[in-house]
Amino acid sequence: MSESENGKPDTGATPEAPKPGTEEVEPTSAEPASDSEEAKAAAAARAKAEAAAKRAAAEAAKPAWEKDPVTPEWQEADQDPLVQALRGTHAEALQSSRLFAGDLVVEVAREEIRNVCRTLKEAQGFTLLVDLLGAHFPEREEDPFEVVYILYSLDANRRVRLKVRTAEDVDVPSVTPVFAGANWPEREAYDMYGIRFEQHPDMTRILLWEGFNGYPLRKDFPVEGIDTGAAIYPEFYGETAGPVAGTGTGWRPPEPPADEESESASAETAGDEA
Amino acid sequence: MPGVLTALHDSLGATIFYFVLSPALKIAILLILVLTLIAYTTFAERKILGFLQVRTGPNRVGPWGVLQPLADVAKLLVKQDIIPDRAVRWVFVIAPCLVVGPALVIFSVIPFGPSAELSGAFNWFITDVNVGLLFVVAMATVGVYGIILGGWASNNKFSLLGGLRSAAQMISYEVPQGFALVVPLLMAGTLSLTGIVDAQFDQGRWFVFGFFPFGLLAFFIYFVAGVAESNRNPFDLPEAESELVAGFHTEYSGMRFALFFLGEYANMIVISAVAVTLFLGGWHRPFANVEALSFLDLGFLPGGMSSFVWFTLKLLCFLFVYIWFRGTFPRYRFDQLMDLGWKWMIPASLIAVSGTALVKILLA
Amino acid sequence: MTDHEPDSNPQPETLFGVEEMELNFGPQHPATHGVLRLKLTIDGERINDCYPIIGYLHRGTEKLFELHPFFQNVPHTDRMDYVAAATNNLAYVGAVEKLLGMTVPPRARYIRTLLSELQRISSHLLWLATHAIDIGAMTPFFYTFREREQILDMFEEYCGARLTLNCMRPGGQPFDLPVGWVEKVGAFNEAFPEKVDEYEGLLTENRIWKKRTVGIGILPPEVALDYGVTGPMLRGSGIQWDIRKAMPYEAYDEVDFDVPVSYNCDTYDRYLVRMEEMRQSVRIIRQCLEKLPDGPIMAKRPRVLKGPKDSDVYHSVEGPKGEIGFYIVGDGTPNPYRCRVRPPSFYNIEVLPEMVRGGLIADLIAVIGTTDIVLGEVDR
Repeated sequence: MSESENGKPDTGATPEAPKPGTEEVEPTSAEPASDSEEAKAAAAARAKAEAAAKRAAAEAAKPAWEKDPVTPEWQEADQDPLVQALRGTHAEALQSSRLFAGDLVVEVAREEIRNVCRTLKEAQGFTLLVDLLGAHFPEREEDPFEVVYILYSLDANRRVRLKVRTAEDVDVPSVTPVFAGANWPEREAYDMYGIRFEQHPDMTRILLWEGFNGYPLRKDFPVEGIDTGAAIYPEFYGETAGPVAGTGTGWRPPEPPADEESESASAETAGDEA
Repeated sequence: MPGVLTALHDSLGATIFYFVLSPALKIAILLILVLTLIAYTTFAERKILGFLQVRTGPNRVGPWGVLQPLADVAKLLVKQDIIPDRAVRWVFVIAPCLVVGPALVIFSVIPFGPSAELSGAFNWFITDVNVGLLFVVAMATVGVYGIILGGWASNNKFSLLGGLRSAAQMISYEVPQGFALVVPLLMAGTLSLTGIVDAQFDQGRWFVFGFFPFGLLAFFIYFVAGVAESNRNPFDLPEAESELVAGFHTEYSGMRFALFFLGEYANMIVISAVAVTLFLGGWHRPFANVEALSFLDLGFLPGGMSSFVWFTLKLLCFLFVYIWFRGTFPRYRFDQLMDLGWKWMIPASLIAVSGTALVKILLA
Repeated sequence: MTDHEPDSNPQPETLFGVEEMELNFGPQHPATHGVLRLKLTIDGERINDCYPIIGYLHRGTEKLFELHPFFQNVPHTDRMDYVAAATNNLAYVGAVEKLLGMTVPPRARYIRTLLSELQRISSHLLWLATHAIDIGAMTPFFYTFREREQILDMFEEYCGARLTLNCMRPGGQPFDLPVGWVEKVGAFNEAFPEKVDEYEGLLTENRIWKKRTVGIGILPPEVALDYGVTGPMLRGSGIQWDIRKAMPYEAYDEVDFDVPVSYNCDTYDRYLVRMEEMRQSVRIIRQCLEKLPDGPIMAKRPRVLKGPKDSDVYHSVEGPKGEIGFYIVGDGTPNPYRCRVRPPSFYNIEVLPEMVRGGLIADLIAVIGTTDIVLGEVDR
């Protein structure tokens, strides 16, 4: 699957790619046959260099899918007109702006996110809220959580990604006054990560049930799941009973209270029934 | 056969024979026939719908699936009988009977053939009430009770909604249906169903073609209102599966559900039978007055069977049209349904009635 | 705990003291196309409020994504929108390719376009079947499934599966087209437009169908954009935006097709948009079959795909239900660090209360049908 179709054999060890300057490295010797060994060596070296140059040219002429993938790099985006427009109104809110693989990524200060979104929607025409999601980077000591907003402008045909960092128990201003559709994704970010949003009309869990303890997409939440029985219904399941995810223990009825009277009473009734 | 009947007549006495034995026999035979027809209408529906939908219907039970209704009946009989916990028991139990009963009772006045004088043997109907048409309308109205009560007694919001919708729909469509029924009444001059059939023979044409276009209009309105009365597609919102699960009969299972089901198909058949009687000449063959077509009399059939056969053939055409509707149309939304009934069909039926009356006055 | 729910049985200020009824629609219900629960506050037949409750099909897919390497996650994407698996696959592998900077050979691009369009037709056929049967027309269901069976058979020949296709890999295609597959697709493609005429003949001019869908479920374009609605829902509201035209991917910039749009913002228009999309898909497939190039089907790629450290991309494609996108964060390991699915049905359902408020319950059924949701995608 890495063979090219034009019949060129796949060279195992690629010789060091000759630099473009070496194509004319060999000057035609003025005295062609004076020293036959020197001439032969020069001719051999010339032939090798020409062959290497041909290989390099062929390699460069190969279509992109037959070459190794080129990983995109982060680039600074200060020259971008959108960034400059935003800097005009929210200079202190923008913490960084970069490009990656053609996408503009802007990091915004947490308190200003609603204003930045409003400016983008009303002044810059980013009217479509594409997505809103949370992420958790525990290796960052401060502000391990991140909320990412993806907006799209129909007129400019362009997407922009806004990133906001926050810490545990620090609320992010909700953008529901700007984009009504942010309601559910913010609830999902809360459900999965525990990131709360200020002035959200309905800050409750959306995918998991009320009473669930834990935030599943955090990196410290186990993939196998947690004990969901006692965690929700402690008065029913007791300390450690109840369904434990991934162990298949199943439901157990609660233990009857262990006193003398009830034991003897239950023994009597058991005897009667048996 | 006549020998047995004469013997019974002499031994039991005329009163008991004419008022007890004869009706009882006829009712028994009719019930068996009608129930069989209902069962096989369900089968026909599944088969015909299947062919409309590029698939075969049931074809496992018996050759070409003809024993399917028997399998269905057996299944419904052995199903667990569930009554919801807080349902009102006696109403819950009575509701299906209130749907089936009136539908079957209407069959007692429908003539399947000539009376004793014409046929020479016996009346081909159970009874000839001289206000037969009024009786039909009255019994159809009683059928609404069963649906409301069934929906309410189930202690289920969906059923309640379905029952109320259905009741509203049926009551609304009884008005244009009633008006449409006045048209053959005017044309025949009598409320008795046998009289109406005879009038069609005497006047030499079926009432559907009478006083053109009012007869046709009345027939059309009667049939469409009938489809709405029996909660069939495109007017089957009350029992629409995708909306209210199953409407008023959500909580019914087993034989009770079978009774509702039976009631719906019985309604279908009754409405078709009444339409045949009033508009399509009843048990007469087509062109009953034309001697040249007397081979249509089907004289090779014994006794008065040919009239019964013609009646059934016309009935089956209507049933096919019912099933055809079901395979073709989406269903009307409830308010659109009511709209149609009150704003379009009632004025149209009034036009039919007044037109017929006008023509009759002008002709007299 | 339940202070977010609409007040149960509030007492409105009316002369006669009418009470509103709270009705739970679902999660088990024949018409909700999955486990969707709607808490309706109704006044007789009229819906005063609708509060959707989702999460009954939540399987923790996004957590599972983080467990497996990039190429092993493709089957997970099938199972989200299980009706249109090929476009899910395409969105995911497209995002991975963008992250890693891979280029896909042309033959693979054309095969992917073919599969996506076949999948679009199949998804729209299912939509039509269920929408029609909810409104009461039982017959289109059987007609459309007849065609859908043919498409699923073609998928099965290609990748072995009918529904959860797993038919794409980062960098290209895993299998080349089987012998005779192109002819089969071509034959289906030629016969399909008259089947669409058959369905349209049953429904488009049917006055009952029009009464049930015209003017129902109005979604104004500003509201749609605000809520992030995409796909045929948006195009039925007058905004002619399609990712295949705006940000072309695979072979879409090399084929010719139109994007249908309609301006009345109601259910009937969305129906017309989707029917026309099926015809346009036929057009695209025909051109793909003609132009299908030869060549390799998989790009040159390292044995282990490692996302570059500290990188993230978002890539989306136009699925049958809307924009389906993947946001992938790479961290130098073979597994994605965070993989978020942007599900179109999630946003389409979020706007449902706006569309049904003030309507009747029967209209709710029509609107759920036109939203064309798949709960696997909404809940992941």
